[in-house]
Amino acid sequence: MDIISIIFILAGTFFFATATLGLLRFPDFYTRMHATGKGDTLGAFLSLIGLALYNLHDGMSFDALLVSIKIMFIAIFMFVANPTATHAITKAGLDCKVEPWTKKESSQ
Amino acid sequence: MINRFEDVIIQTICRLLVPPIQLFALYVIAHGHYSPGGGFQGGCILAASFILLVIAYDLKEASKRMSEKINIMYCCIGVIIYSGIGLLCVILGSNYLDYGILNSIIPVEPAAARSLGILGVEIGVGIAVMAVMVSIFINIASGGEHGESEELE
Repeated sequence: MDIISIIFILAGTFFFATATLGLLRFPDFYTRMHATGKGDTLGAFLSLIGLALYNLHDGMSFDALLVSIKIMFIAIFMFVANPTATHAITKAGLDCKVEPWTKKESSQ
Repeated sequence: MINRFEDVIIQTICRLLVPPIQLFALYVIAHGHYSPGGGFQGGCILAASFILLVIAYDLKEASKRMSEKINIMYCCIGVIIYSGIGLLCVILGSNYLDYGILNSIIPVEPAAARSLGILGVEIGVGIAVMAVMVSIFINIASGGEHGESEELE
């Protein structure tokens, strides 16, 4: 059980790291939202699954199972809410006429 | 003036998310007296679910679900529950909010009466905080017009 949770948390950290890399390196608003929206969602989801599994490593008592189920509720909530928030921010940017990055613009 | 912001994805997800958020708020209120949480936190979460509706739809649409009048009534009801339980203790011959005396009218032992008294006060605080938070939000969002003005959408 510990090995599986370590794998999950490491995968989640990897996705967080790539999302942060995208946030820092991508050229404009839309591509940054693209990077963080997906990377953060999957990173948080995998990390929380890893924590829920780690919580059960002492054996499946009722209390531990209850805490794991609560962690899974948080994971499901983030899995629904995070892409929606990303969509809302991106649409707000589009409504305020934020210009997308183009290659021509960067060469000048 | 920002254009009216309507979006199918956001509205659908907010409509789906509001009931779980309110359920979680009730959980926080109900567990306030023996775990982290309580009336203030649960009330704020309840208010947040309503504010989410206002953000996803608009002020008029949300005002149909909870008008300003009902909102003020909730505020008063919360304060009445809180102070009523407090004064009930005084009437029964103890200090203000000293719940132990409540076992003379509820058929339980003093410790359980104390727990139930705290739960009742938490419910009152939760209702009052929810109503006041929503009222503050509506007043700020509409500039004091309570969503009745035409230009504010």
